[in-house]
Amino acid sequence: MLDFSDDPEVFRANVSTWIETHCDPALRAIPQAEREICWGGRRFTFASQAQQDWMRAAAAIGMTAPRWPTDYGGAGLSRLQEKIYREELARLNAPTPLESFGLWMLGPALLAFGTHEQKRHYLPQITRGEIRWCQGYSEPGAGSDLASVQTRAEDRGDHWLVNGSKIWTSYADQADWIFALVRTDREAPKHRGISFMLIDMEAEGVTTRPIRLISGASPFCETFFENVVVPKEDPVGLSRIVGELNRGWDVAKHLLTHEREMIGGGAQGLLGARSLGAFLADLDPEVLEDPVLKTRAMALEVDSLATAMTLERYRDMAKQGGVGHASAMLKYAGTELNKRRYELLMSVTGSDGLDWDGAHGSLPSEWLRTKANSIEGGTSEVMLDILAKRVLDLPSQ
Amino acid sequence: MTLSLVPTEDETLLRDAARSFLAEASPVSALRGNRDSGKPYDAGFYREIAQLGWTGVLVPEEAGGSDMGHRAAGILAEEMGEVLAASPFLSTAVIAATALRQAGSDRLAQIADGSVTYALAVDERSKFSPERSALQAMRQGNSYRLSGRKCFVAEGSSADRLLVLARTSGSPGEAYGLTLFDIDAARTGVTPHRSRSIDSRDHATLIFEDVEATGADIIGEIDNGMAAIHTALNAGQAGMAAELLGLTSGAFAMTAGYLRERRQFGRTIGSFQALQHRAAHLWTQIEITASAVANAGRVLDATPEAADLAVSVAKAHATQTAQLAVCEGVQMHGGIGMTDEFDMGFYMKRARVGAEWLGDYGYHAARVSAARGI
Repeated sequence: MLDFSDDPEVFRANVSTWIETHCDPALRAIPQAEREICWGGRRFTFASQAQQDWMRAAAAIGMTAPRWPTDYGGAGLSRLQEKIYREELARLNAPTPLESFGLWMLGPALLAFGTHEQKRHYLPQITRGEIRWCQGYSEPGAGSDLASVQTRAEDRGDHWLVNGSKIWTSYADQADWIFALVRTDREAPKHRGISFMLIDMEAEGVTTRPIRLISGASPFCETFFENVVVPKEDPVGLSRIVGELNRGWDVAKHLLTHEREMIGGGAQGLLGARSLGAFLADLDPEVLEDPVLKTRAMALEVDSLATAMTLERYRDMAKQGGVGHASAMLKYAGTELNKRRYELLMSVTGSDGLDWDGAHGSLPSEWLRTKANSIEGGTSEVMLDILAKRVLDLPSQ
Repeated sequence: MTLSLVPTEDETLLRDAARSFLAEASPVSALRGNRDSGKPYDAGFYREIAQLGWTGVLVPEEAGGSDMGHRAAGILAEEMGEVLAASPFLSTAVIAATALRQAGSDRLAQIADGSVTYALAVDERSKFSPERSALQAMRQGNSYRLSGRKCFVAEGSSADRLLVLARTSGSPGEAYGLTLFDIDAARTGVTPHRSRSIDSRDHATLIFEDVEATGADIIGEIDNGMAAIHTALNAGQAGMAAELLGLTSGAFAMTAGYLRERRQFGRTIGSFQALQHRAAHLWTQIEITASAVANAGRVLDATPEAADLAVSVAKAHATQTAQLAVCEGVQMHGGIGMTDEFDMGFYMKRARVGAEWLGDYGYHAARVSAARGI
């Protein structure tokens, strides 16, 4: 067991021992880049027994969701304790025991908007890695204009009848449940007729189809709902709507802010293991004799470091009471910078970087993947709109 | 070591106090007044900020200072930058105070009480490169004779004292062989020629003709002046970055205000998405610069001997953002932005001078790249 001491240094020592005890050295020997993520869920196949043991050991004491309350399967850690835990994981090169959209997205939504009974039922399933969730937001006709979602849930007395389709549902083909934005009132103004609904992917009429991307990978799916019956009250007596009926947009906005901070935070990797300097050092040194490439690399490094400091500053500000709409700034700056970085990496690798199976490994698909960063979770243009209207208070006419 | 980039309560109080004081004591119209009357700065204003303890921000308490540190100095520089307040604050209270403190000089008390101002005489060519200094300090018995020329010396025609980087051995380009002298600006043989600088502030070329100096005038060690000036230069660069950040915020506030009120085509121009996106992009860059500037101050306070990277990121990024802010400022104001009657031009001209002083974008980007293995 882990002693959750209030003394930061005692806690650090305890958590470090606990990690070393439960996270197999073999798992800790795998470099971060090659590690297989533990997603959990009914359809998940563990990469190894060690991965499964580590997830279970963590789940048993709530450490898969360190900040969530212990009543709901979390460990109830303070911010400082969580920070120490993350630092020790990194120091020991231990993987996070579990990752999932349940932990990242649905959990925070339920904690903010769910009833006590919904939290008691759904959150521990997430922290134990039993149920894997996916997100159903965008639709073919509702991308940037997300509030125009058309997937409808008709009131049929004791149940909702859901019809429509969702797009860009990450890993929907491997998920057990989906949290989705559906239209429950077609007469109301578009933001006021949406509900945040929980749907079992095994329900009759739910089908998925993977989407092949320009990078060759297929992490996203299209998900179709054809006369799907969603009970208004579960066999366990729970509502399948999170928050108030027709007020799902409030939940969605809350989660989008959360998601933006995460995607913008991806730029943090700029200072990680594969630093620009280290990457360039492995290349033919003549490459940087090109003054234009050299200048681009220099400017990128200045901007990367300054942006990394901004992520740090905003993280600290968030701890002291939130950053609100300004999170759109992190998303905009972080993703645009990441795209620039990969354009430079492709330029410096030259023709060596053009081969799917080339010397630089997954570089071409990573490069292509970054193009989605400034689209998913709200495009850069939508972020600039938010900043202009909500932060700078610029007029609408 | 964790350095939070969020301001402490004391820092927020300092900023608020500085802001309300400066709005009264030194609005942009004060700079316009200085320009029209040919004054490099308002001596009364400098006395006032000395009384507030600002000139002693980096001076220890036993020498009469407030010893608030580099982050606090940056906050003051930023607030002064926002209203373009002209004074020898950076040259004296930041650069000279840092160099003199490191050397244990007894002139710190005069910096703190505002009775003495300093100028830093380093540049000899159009780009910052201190180790290329050629100004000779020839040994003659127990004294030195300084001969040569320094240019782009901020406060060079008005300062009471000069910090002069002179060559006592070696040749231009070598960091070793330079010595830092602290001499009276009125010493025989020193002739300042004030330029008509675009920012209306005091920048001068100084001619040194056989100027006498002694060992007592030396700050730090003979031939090792770069070590004596290194942290002081970093402090000045971080201070200039902070001033540029303030200047940027000041220019942006005018621009954003104009976007909210100016009407064309029957609409407020701030409702046009083309302008909204440019304004939001600029605001993003300002937030990023603010982080780099806060970080430079924090690092200078925590590990002054290892601050090059943090300082150069701040100076480079602040330079880039200030340029964007003043260019967008003029463009979004349209014709009125081009008039002298309007203040945006003052911001643009100070931004250009600040971009060059103590190392331009290229100088600092190169220092960042070298530190990061590029």
